[in-house]
Amino acid sequence: MAHSNAAATGAYGTTGSYLNTPAGGGLKSWLTTVDHKKIGLMYASAMFTFFLVGMSLGFLIRLELLEPGTQFVSARAYNSIFTLHGVIMIFLFIVPGIPAILGNFILPLQLGADDVAMPRLNLASWYVYMTGAVMALASLVTGGGFADTGWTFYAPYSLNTNTNVSLAVLAAFVLGFSSIMTGMNFITTIHRLRAPGMGFFRMPLFCWALYATSWIQVIATPVIGITLLLVVMERTLGIGFFDPARGGDPILYQHLFWIYSHPVVYVMVLPAMGIISEILPAFSRRTIFGYKAIAISSMAIAVVGYLVWGHHMFTAGMSDTARWVFSLLTFFVAIPTGVKVFNWIATLYRGSIEIRVPLLYAVGWIFLFSIGGLTGLANGALSTDIHLHDTAYIVGHFHYTMFGGAAIGMFAGLHYWWPKIWGRMYNEKVATTAWVLIMVGFNLTYFPMLILGIKGMPRRYQDYLPQFHDLNFLSTIGSWILVAGLLTMIINLIRGARSGSPAPDNPWGSTTLEWQTTSPPPLLNFATPPEVTTGPYDFTEILRQNNVEAGK
Amino acid sequence: MSSDISHAIDQAPGHVVHTDPETGKTGMWLFLFTELLLFGGLFLIYGVYRSMNEGAFHHAAAELNVAMGVTNTIVLLTSSLTMVMAVSALQRNQVKRSLGFLTGTLLLSATFLVIKFFEWSAKYHHGIFPGKDHLHELPHGEGLFFNLYFMMTGLHGIHVVIGMIVMTVVLFKIRSGALAADNHGMLEYTGLYWHLVDLVWIFLLPLFYLTT
Repeated sequence: MAHSNAAATGAYGTTGSYLNTPAGGGLKSWLTTVDHKKIGLMYASAMFTFFLVGMSLGFLIRLELLEPGTQFVSARAYNSIFTLHGVIMIFLFIVPGIPAILGNFILPLQLGADDVAMPRLNLASWYVYMTGAVMALASLVTGGGFADTGWTFYAPYSLNTNTNVSLAVLAAFVLGFSSIMTGMNFITTIHRLRAPGMGFFRMPLFCWALYATSWIQVIATPVIGITLLLVVMERTLGIGFFDPARGGDPILYQHLFWIYSHPVVYVMVLPAMGIISEILPAFSRRTIFGYKAIAISSMAIAVVGYLVWGHHMFTAGMSDTARWVFSLLTFFVAIPTGVKVFNWIATLYRGSIEIRVPLLYAVGWIFLFSIGGLTGLANGALSTDIHLHDTAYIVGHFHYTMFGGAAIGMFAGLHYWWPKIWGRMYNEKVATTAWVLIMVGFNLTYFPMLILGIKGMPRRYQDYLPQFHDLNFLSTIGSWILVAGLLTMIINLIRGARSGSPAPDNPWGSTTLEWQTTSPPPLLNFATPPEVTTGPYDFTEILRQNNVEAGK
Repeated sequence: MSSDISHAIDQAPGHVVHTDPETGKTGMWLFLFTELLLFGGLFLIYGVYRSMNEGAFHHAAAELNVAMGVTNTIVLLTSSLTMVMAVSALQRNQVKRSLGFLTGTLLLSATFLVIKFFEWSAKYHHGIFPGKDHLHELPHGEGLFFNLYFMMTGLHGIHVVIGMIVMTVVLFKIRSGALAADNHGMLEYTGLYWHLVDLVWIFLLPLFYLTT
């Protein structure tokens, strides 16, 4: 993080890089900062540490499934490993991921603001996040070992198992608080801190996506909060709400769990959709097709997505009426999602496309997420779901949406904003190689799972029948390529941040406000407060400059 | 629009302080939303189990002391009134009056907790308490009723305690002049929170005490 430009004082605030304001502050200046940019990076360093742990666990799961029978992980340990993989990846990485890292860094910049609306609350949310993370890790070594229930903590097993479920769900409860704080902060920021002239329909689409996301965080998270607290109460006091032996109903737990956990998949994926909506116009040199439709479809996904949780429980015992209503609503979510995908494709059509690393990730995202979305429709249909429920198909499907959707979207955003964040470029050739490895490894790992599931291989077992060997073998090989790609990408990004060539203020020729300030931005983001007079993706000026340069 | 928002940098660079009164209010309302949904989960469970065990809920509710419940309702409603008066007094720069009403609110909330304590301990002595064997021997519906009663009034009680802690902090801030007529936001938000605590209780009273 060594940057030579010294902090200088301008009319609006300091104009030197935020990275060395205050100069020579050291670790303490990071841990006590209320600067949204530094907080975003603190989230990034924590989350990618957890991501590497989660990735190693996933790698371990695939390695165990290389051959039928037990390789080196006992069935019992396997249960804890896939639970820990799920808990880390979901609660510590992709749910808070894009909002906390890129949302924190980019949202105020895109709005033309000097920080989020409540900077101290922002820092507090990081500490709450870290507390939750420490609790989750502490549950590994305390009590009866890490939970073996799967990340869903389904009752009644989660009430009876001797593993340390209580601490794990309390950790998830605390992490939820952090999520709520970030959501509240972003909604307030978007309402109060937009630059003069920036109406709601002049906001960049990433801001719209974060707005929809934040509402889900605020509205859905408390429900899981109280549900998880009740699981702790069940385990300590035996209140019996989810325990059939005491008149409780375990299905009710599933309802309460998914009332949060289905909307939360849109918390993971909506911000990724926002990132794609930023990258495509920038590299097509034209305004986004159907701006309002994309903005409103984000809100529509948030609203409809709140009402479809029952589709996780088609086989769990619900009335037929409830089942077809939830199935119908599930299909409705495909409409605003389709609106987005078609608008993105239409944006590329006849654009002056420049193929750079962020665009590669964005296009890869559209491909992977389309597979994820379409395979999801098969689960949303009542009859096929009976066959596919609890099979490896589900594992394949949600990795295409959550990993292919949320995480690849985050990687796209990191490659897009990296020069803004550090003022330095990563090596584009290495980044392209990493992208190829990730795309090949990804499909090789997860596509076989779709086929295995259709053939009837159940999920969450440490062993499988011999006829499933070939595809499992292929999938494990894929995981090696995928991990190689991910490591290449992460190392390349870190090297770029440390010693990459200096990046200009607007390396891609983008139009949104964050590119109008310096790279990296000063403490208060803009030397003079920006004013907005056009929509977010007006390329007239960029194209004129390009023509002038070409004419030279 | 942000043109009306002023900001300043503290002595230590890196600390941006926004002075936008709407920010705190928006944030507080959003927080109250989350509180509604937190209690909402429990109200949902109550609704489901009541529809499944109507007779048992009816029977079990007779065990609760209606007089104490109603007294507590009056106490809590009055505390909301004194809270409003504390806010409006500070807005009109009547610091002493405001402090008086806030102290009154604190005393009333303490009264609420004392009454609640006697109710809970009476139940405890009858073996009606989460985790006690007697509760497990009751018919399932009644067991669920009492567990819901303790969970919901318990969560509400925790909110009362948190409210009292915040009120005490606010009290000292008004005394020291950190909160004043032109900067009364924190007292107002505490008031908003307190009304929510009150509102939740207004639903708890009929659902538990008055269902027989």
